[in-house]
Amino acid sequence: MVTVPPRGRPSAATRVRGSGALAWLAVPALLVFVGFGVIPLLGVLALSFTTWDGLSQDITFSGFTSWSAVLSDPGLPHALWVTFLIMALSWLVQTPASILIGVFLAGRQRYRTLLAVLYFIPLLLSSAAIAITYKALLDPNFGLGAGLGLDFLTQDWLGDGTLAMGVVIFIVSWQFIPFHSLLYQGGVRQIPRSMYEAAELDGAGRVRKFFSITLPQLKYTIITSSTLMVVGSLTLFDLIFVLTAGGPGDATRVLALDMYKRGYQANLMGPASAIAVILVLVGLALALFLRRLGGRDAGASQLEGA
Amino acid sequence: MESRTTSRRTFLTMSMGLPLGAALAACGTSGPGTPGGGGSSGGGGGAKASYWFLSTEPQEGVRRRTAERFNQANPNGQIEFTTFQNDAFKTKIKTAIGAGEAPTIIWGWGGGGLRSYVQAGQVEDLTSWFDQNAAVKDKLFPSSFGAATVDDKIYAMPCETMQPIVLYYDKRAFDKIGAEPPQSWGDIMDLVPKFNAKGIAPFSLGGQSRWTNMMWLEFLFDRMGGPEVFQAVFDAEKDAWSNPVAIDALTKMQDLIKADGFIKGFSSITADSNADQALLYTGKAAMMLHGGWTYGGMKQDGGDFVPGGNLGFMNFPPIDGGKGDPGNTVGNPGQYMSISAKATPEQKEIAKKFFSTELISDKSAEEWVSTGAVPVIKGSEKFFANSPDAEFLNFVVGIANNAKVFQQSWDQALSPTAAEVLLDNIAKLFQLSIGPQEFATNMNAVIGK
Repeated sequence: MVTVPPRGRPSAATRVRGSGALAWLAVPALLVFVGFGVIPLLGVLALSFTTWDGLSQDITFSGFTSWSAVLSDPGLPHALWVTFLIMALSWLVQTPASILIGVFLAGRQRYRTLLAVLYFIPLLLSSAAIAITYKALLDPNFGLGAGLGLDFLTQDWLGDGTLAMGVVIFIVSWQFIPFHSLLYQGGVRQIPRSMYEAAELDGAGRVRKFFSITLPQLKYTIITSSTLMVVGSLTLFDLIFVLTAGGPGDATRVLALDMYKRGYQANLMGPASAIAVILVLVGLALALFLRRLGGRDAGASQLEGA
Repeated sequence: MESRTTSRRTFLTMSMGLPLGAALAACGTSGPGTPGGGGSSGGGGGAKASYWFLSTEPQEGVRRRTAERFNQANPNGQIEFTTFQNDAFKTKIKTAIGAGEAPTIIWGWGGGGLRSYVQAGQVEDLTSWFDQNAAVKDKLFPSSFGAATVDDKIYAMPCETMQPIVLYYDKRAFDKIGAEPPQSWGDIMDLVPKFNAKGIAPFSLGGQSRWTNMMWLEFLFDRMGGPEVFQAVFDAEKDAWSNPVAIDALTKMQDLIKADGFIKGFSSITADSNADQALLYTGKAAMMLHGGWTYGGMKQDGGDFVPGGNLGFMNFPPIDGGKGDPGNTVGNPGQYMSISAKATPEQKEIAKKFFSTELISDKSAEEWVSTGAVPVIKGSEKFFANSPDAEFLNFVVGIANNAKVFQQSWDQALSPTAAEVLLDNIAKLFQLSIGPQEFATNMNAVIGK
């Protein structure tokens, strides 16, 4: 842990000298992480082997009853499927859009800076406020469609399973594309000009430059952004909770919502903790998978020391 | 040089870490302490009882002024109150009770929620207190005690108002199609195509809230089979949901949905935003089955609708061939206050004094009447005369007095675990994604849980 070499390949001397101080620097973060991350996690793991209604003082150890209840419940594969669907679809919508907007915004023109500021606005709003607003706009009788007299906007948006899923993905994308665009904007600006100049000398056009230089050079940005998207949609809760509460029926009940409903609405803390553990495991697995995807060949990108 | 920098850094990190650690420790102690403030320690002069309640007006104002009047009269035994928004309260009170930091006075809806507190040993048994204070008990409507009673013992003080579910209708809509309000289920089914032909939705429904759909099933079950059908579920009889009457009621429910009895897109509408009430007073829907509390909302938001005498109200009509008494009703027979078992003896005394004095005073009753609701306190009728809502208030009292059974809302009567599954399956039933048999099977699985 102490001697993880930073990517810049420091000389042996600095590594030895810096290691003591660096370890100390990690202490505050480590304390917070242990206090608010690891200890509660262990608590949840312990709770998943108990039966507790969240009210009484006695928490009884009950072995694997919570786990077998959760694992045999058809609600779990459904919730996993819904979570996966939201993850995959919102990634598919957000990534191409964010890359394009990010590349566009990386240009130094004035109007683009102005647009960048405008695009950023959805990110400043809280998810709950966004959900309440969209709920009002999508109301079939008093919403946008009825107000403007546009029939195609007057749908049973949140009452039909497929439409509700679409609405969730649309709003998530609307909210987070600005953030990911910002990541890509930064990524594009770090690509050395010299590469484009070389390509131009070889007669490459805009499209060719985008696919042969920009995209490959953005590899790590794509991985970072995808990790944030995937893990973010795994824990997506506030927006769905306010917008559909998992409904209609259980059409948008993601894993995080399933956990909350079991724990705090149905008073089943054991099974809710089991789902929490599953959530952590799935999240860890996905994050590891995406890291692996990045590979270890640091030379693939020429951002540093080109 | 080099070593000095290092040590200064070390010192810096440590000095940064320390206040942080101290801050964490402070969080740990002050966090649970603050909400339970009055709960754990009384001030020098006299003990303080804590009391949490819901923050929506006009009810919040009545609750606050009631507590303030009590505090003025009792300088040595004060009540400290905190307000919470509805959904936040439901979660917060459970967490606080589980952590042993409950407020002295635990406000709630009685029934299954209260039962779970009782089973956890978190609330005081008030049976003997009510025996000693018969005058208090006599001042309250007897029907309000059902949801306060667990295993023949009283664990809560009924308070505030009774809220039966009422069938509201728009007189203008009935004039348009030249029909009378429904006197039977057959009438309802006949009215549906007539309203639809005029472009008016027969019934408004905030289906996304789920418990709104549940009110329909409560009446269908009661009118068709009497209170026994749900009582069997409540008593945890095996396969109680598979009762043929229950299946029949569920089928009738889906028939009405299939006949377009409810406004298009009702699953997208929530009751929280009062959009369902708006549908009625804007003339988009002709009828609405909803709680007594929506009267105040429609009066406030509906412009001329209520004052202009366009709002009609009636009890749910009988169902042809049904066994249930058409006088029965469902809804909230009252709200409930329990005393935390973790409170100190002084705090418990303050709470009991509050229960027997200001909570049931004439002033409180009068204030509740002014919100357009009927208090659970007997003899409140004398305040009706001055109220512009006298007709509605008398109607509600009439229902409460004539009902042989005032069935508590199912989601409040059942345990939280079963209630969650119930609401889930009701939503699916109304979506037509499951049929009556599947509904019964799913519900039978959680009977008694």
